[in-house]
Amino acid sequence: MASNVMAFQGARIEAPTWGETLHEWVTTVDHKRIGLLYILYALLFLAIAGVEALVIRIQLMYPHNGFVSPQVFNRMFTMHGTTMIFFFAMPILFGFGNYLVPLMIGARDMAFPRLNAFSFWLSAFSGFLLYFSFLGGSGLYGAGSAPDVGWWAYAPLTARAFSPGPSTDYWTIAVLVSGFGSIGTAVNLIATILCMRCPGMTLGRMPLLAWLYLTMCGLALIAIPPLSASQMMLLVDRYLGGHFFDTQAGGSATIWMHFFWIFGHPEVYVLVIPAFAFISEIIPVFSRKPIFGYPVMVAASVCIAFVSTSVWAHHMFTIGMNSYANGFFAITTMAVGVPTGIKIFNWLATMWGGRIEFRTPMLFCVAFLFQFLLAGLTGVMLASAPFNWQLGGSYFVVAHFHYVIVGAILFCAFAAFYYWFPKVTGRMLSETLGKWHFWLFVVGFHLTFDTMHVPGLLGMPRRIYTYEAGRGWEGWNAVVTVGAVIQGVAILIFVFNLVRAALTGPKAGNDPWDAWTLEWSTTSPPPEYNFATLPEVRSRRPLWDLKHPEDPDWKYE
Amino acid sequence: MTHLAGTLEIEPRTLPSKGKVGMLTLIAAESAIFVIFVIAYLFYLGKSLSGPTTAILRPPIFFTICLLSSSFTVHLAVVALRGGRRAPFLGWWVLTFVLGALFLLGTALEWKHLIGEGLTIRANLLGTTYYSLVGLHALHVLVGLVLLGGVTMFALLRKVGQAEAEKVDVLSLYWHFVDAVWVVVFTVVYVVGR
Repeated sequence: MASNVMAFQGARIEAPTWGETLHEWVTTVDHKRIGLLYILYALLFLAIAGVEALVIRIQLMYPHNGFVSPQVFNRMFTMHGTTMIFFFAMPILFGFGNYLVPLMIGARDMAFPRLNAFSFWLSAFSGFLLYFSFLGGSGLYGAGSAPDVGWWAYAPLTARAFSPGPSTDYWTIAVLVSGFGSIGTAVNLIATILCMRCPGMTLGRMPLLAWLYLTMCGLALIAIPPLSASQMMLLVDRYLGGHFFDTQAGGSATIWMHFFWIFGHPEVYVLVIPAFAFISEIIPVFSRKPIFGYPVMVAASVCIAFVSTSVWAHHMFTIGMNSYANGFFAITTMAVGVPTGIKIFNWLATMWGGRIEFRTPMLFCVAFLFQFLLAGLTGVMLASAPFNWQLGGSYFVVAHFHYVIVGAILFCAFAAFYYWFPKVTGRMLSETLGKWHFWLFVVGFHLTFDTMHVPGLLGMPRRIYTYEAGRGWEGWNAVVTVGAVIQGVAILIFVFNLVRAALTGPKAGNDPWDAWTLEWSTTSPPPEYNFATLPEVRSRRPLWDLKHPEDPDWKYE
Repeated sequence: MTHLAGTLEIEPRTLPSKGKVGMLTLIAAESAIFVIFVIAYLFYLGKSLSGPTTAILRPPIFFTICLLSSSFTVHLAVVALRGGRRAPFLGWWVLTFVLGALFLLGTALEWKHLIGEGLTIRANLLGTTYYSLVGLHALHVLVGLVLLGGVTMFALLRKVGQAEAEKVDVLSLYWHFVDAVWVVVFTVVYVVGR
């Protein structure tokens, strides 16, 4: 085993065994390793939830298809939604945050490294618990006892009478525990950003990514606890015989909807603000210009977070609220479009007149701008209560929010992968495969989600198991499924690219993109302590100052 | 990479304590949980279809005074520790623990009385919302007592000195929060709710 042993100045240092490596990763409190664990864990769940999406799409490909049973279909859309939100989107964003925030603010670790590990393992075990439902309880017979109440689990579906057995409990407890993990990480990131900045890194000089993560964590702190509270109430109902959501004892099913969406709508912004964070770092670098309107970007982000806490009931127009509530929530929802529009114009203004380099990360950012705009436009349409009465609960809504979550958040996550992969692994991803991934995914995305609006407009309700022929839905559904398969192929290329580049990709060096933020000043991958000496910064682009001492940014800020 | 280009002076600054920021953000999250339980309590007031009403609730005045005064004692304990006076610290700290424990005892007695009156968590909406809200607070008191007890143990082992004042101060923030929540719960349940 000569290859396992390194000779070092006469001493023989044995390379760690598999067991030691595993032990190191499981017990690690290093923010970079925990960030990587989050990201790998999220990719695993992306694959699982992606397969569930494909099952849903194959079932709906043509009328009267019997690919899966109605029971399995219900489990598939429940697990797909729950997994994508809680076990893919949240962990991947926290993963990038964990990895990048300390590096970008010039810190050696997070404020609370052990809390960091604890939060990750809470999230990890809640995901495994959710999927254990396929095996545990009365599982594995048929398709197991996986939850089948939809990802928002409206009452009274979740009551003991309508949901006997443990399936809903797996859902409740998994979501509750992952919420605790998210709160822990939010606390940690806020404390890190406020208390661990390197000398000279004032709030006004922080990279936008740090600002946006601060905003996102602040929002998560007030958005996730209502979900935890309502899960506790559901547990009281299911285990202690309480009546919170028990209409037969005077309880209200509507209040569950309020509690759920008080979490559910800000959650969209908890997910999309980090996506904004990624592209706010990537677009300037590939446009070779500093970000346009930094203070306005910060203000607009905080404003989005603020307004997003008062829009939740636009998910509930169809339950019949009074006209004051309808009017209020329609107006606040449309108001979110204002700061969001400001951000889109700022990104465009950053690109305007720049020397744009269309590398893979930038391609994903540009596609994001188009798709996020379209998603916002259907959002404004749905914000109008009368329009919503027609299309709420239809495939139009499904198309709208997938446009946000896939077209905006997932595209930004891909951009982030291509942009920061060289820093994390020290190796470059293949541009050729990256472009294949990008174009296939764009084609697949638009085939699926542009087309999906149409059956919605034609009246196709969401969550139906199958449908009659002759309603004009079948051709559209076939196209949607084809698009989903193309997206699946693109993801396979992406994963192949990741694995191949991690093993044999060309060396990246410290700063392959000629970027300006602190993470590119250290080695790739960064050492355990991040920086040999803590950096001191004088402007928002410390590496620009270093590379251009004759014309530093701080002269103009 | 100590000096990133240029001669602009780095302005001296003090960053906030991470312990305090961490605790305050945790308190923000906890407050959001309590807000939802308070909303549920108020929303369901008078909506029970059967069973006991709020008329059987008796305001626990004495035990409330106990809990609220424990905020003063914990503050005095932290002040004593900051000044390096260990004996007064331990005295005030143990008194805080005793006052907190008395409060929990009061909750237990109150619940015994209410269960005797037929108000259980499954009796009606009042029972469900009352025991959940008051119980969630009592759980926080219990967690606080465990933490206070831990510090007491270390203090008896003479391991809590002036250097630990910062950490103890962070814990006292949590205890103040538990008291502040009780002010809200008391107002909602025993003043507004009756």
